[in-house]
Amino acid sequence: MSGRSVFVYSDELLKYKFSSHHPFNQVRLKLTLDLLKKTNAITDADIIPPRPATEEELFLIHDPNYVNAVRLAGLGKLSEETAEGYGLGTEDTPIFPNMHEASSLLVGGTLTAVDQVMTGKADHALHLGGGLHHGFRGKASGFCIYNDSSVAIKYLIEKYNVRVLYVDTDAHHGDGVQWSFYDDPNVCTLSIHETGRYLFPGTGNVNERGQGKGYGYSFNIPVDAFTEDESWLYAYQNALKEVADFFKPDVIFTQNGADSHYYDPLTHLSATMRIYREIPRLAHEIAHQYCNGKWIAVGGGGYDIWRVVPRAWSLIWMEMTENSNCYGSLPDDWVSYWQEKSSVALPIEWDDPATLYPAIPRKDEITEKNRLTLEKALYPILQKKSNERIDT
Amino acid sequence: MNKRGIQMIVEEIMKTDLATLKKDNTIEEACHLMESKRIRHLPIVDDEFVLVGLVSDRDIRDAMPSRFLIEQDSEVLNKPIESLMTTSLITCHPLDFVEEIAALFYEHSIGCLPIVKDQKLVGIVTETDLLHSLVALTGAHQPGSQIEVKVPNKGGMLNSVASIISARKANISSVLVYPYQKDERYKILVFRVQTMNPTRIIEDLKKADFHVLWPNLPGVSS
Repeated sequence: MSGRSVFVYSDELLKYKFSSHHPFNQVRLKLTLDLLKKTNAITDADIIPPRPATEEELFLIHDPNYVNAVRLAGLGKLSEETAEGYGLGTEDTPIFPNMHEASSLLVGGTLTAVDQVMTGKADHALHLGGGLHHGFRGKASGFCIYNDSSVAIKYLIEKYNVRVLYVDTDAHHGDGVQWSFYDDPNVCTLSIHETGRYLFPGTGNVNERGQGKGYGYSFNIPVDAFTEDESWLYAYQNALKEVADFFKPDVIFTQNGADSHYYDPLTHLSATMRIYREIPRLAHEIAHQYCNGKWIAVGGGGYDIWRVVPRAWSLIWMEMTENSNCYGSLPDDWVSYWQEKSSVALPIEWDDPATLYPAIPRKDEITEKNRLTLEKALYPILQKKSNERIDT
Repeated sequence: MNKRGIQMIVEEIMKTDLATLKKDNTIEEACHLMESKRIRHLPIVDDEFVLVGLVSDRDIRDAMPSRFLIEQDSEVLNKPIESLMTTSLITCHPLDFVEEIAALFYEHSIGCLPIVKDQKLVGIVTETDLLHSLVALTGAHQPGSQIEVKVPNKGGMLNSVASIISARKANISSVLVYPYQKDERYKILVFRVQTMNPTRIIEDLKKADFHVLWPNLPGVSS
């Protein structure tokens, strides 16, 4: 398993900024890149800048009226009433200057990653500015204005005519991407997330399996609040292996929200850095096993930008580049440089200590429930497999 | 809460794109129509679209020869629908209340209700439609976070909680009020709020001494 990887980044991506106190904070991109640089894991030659997406590219998924509304909002010319209908100007997605340009660049960054991989310039591409999986055709939702992942997957289909496996490990259900391709059998979506019982957006139930021709190509594994590493990984590893074997994709596209961690302020899972080591490892393996290496990875959620996101996202790049220098201590100069800017004590090692959180009551029941959820989600595949075994 | 405020009427949820047959169509035609439309009930109408009967997939199954009989009797399939359709029907009117017709489904163990106006068939409501409208009541079909608050069972509580939520400019997509099972002096208010970041609302509620259950797996608290 080897091949060239590219990292899509420029400081321009930080212009996707709602306000200084909003939980979605792209300073995490800077923190991540700086950690990689100080680990000597990345050089300038690995980094390519994002290009903006064109209007036509946005229209692959988005309603032209909505795109126009976003542009007007960014110029301060959209009335409050019209904005509300488009989900703009809310607490989740406030209006900010030039939001159309900032959001288009973020979409274009994911398209840049796609083109790098599909033209053979790279095997793997990472764009941590992307992964805005809640954006809808004509509405902003859950901190997402344009849905870079949906646009990129549609672009993959139209321009390169490939079948795409979308894997979403954000703690929130990947609803925007799922609904974009709900009736399309050329895109298989797999989302593992905290159950929507309390958590936004509330969807992502096991029985959301697609519709029409796309029935059977949406997989959802909602895990219980307080789920820990082992149970989470059991669901992820089994689901991804089975779904990849069933779908046999040409390309794997992973959304790497880093908000399932115990520290994340918006969610209720109890995962640690261990899952962020394993998520890209298996994605990488699947990419080589089925897709001739073609792997596009994007970011997503992640609201503890100091203690969780930089390590979690760096580990994706370390896996892509097969760099094993990601154990033990974090570089001193990274910790000391950022510590004074952080309101919390920064971690000093790549892995979390075993004593990160107190023991979870009812752990066994949570584990059992997650296992049953996994079985339900995979039931159609496993059923088909066992029928084939009987036939042959 | 004003109960009428959330009450929907039948014409808002009924299906009007109807698949129907005449009484002299064959059972075979009924089978094909149900299969192609993926439905389980066929209203039977006359030339004026007056409802004369109803056929369910179960009526048809009951009429089929047993699969254990070796000789398939294809004659059955050529018989007219009239021979097996139900003619004593429970129907309702487009202006009936959804909550009221929901009770009919239980009382009569039926799977669908034809909607009749001026003697003519204008729509149909199935169990599935009914379930969808109940899901819509809970707001679960729109992106949102769920917040549950345990409050004393007395006046003004809903108002106080709702004003704390609205002070954070969050749109409430639905409200449900549950009795608190363990102690009838309390109620649980369930809000679906259109935001991915309910943390500040929850802080505000806690500061105002409200008991927020989020998430409330017994024995576990975050």
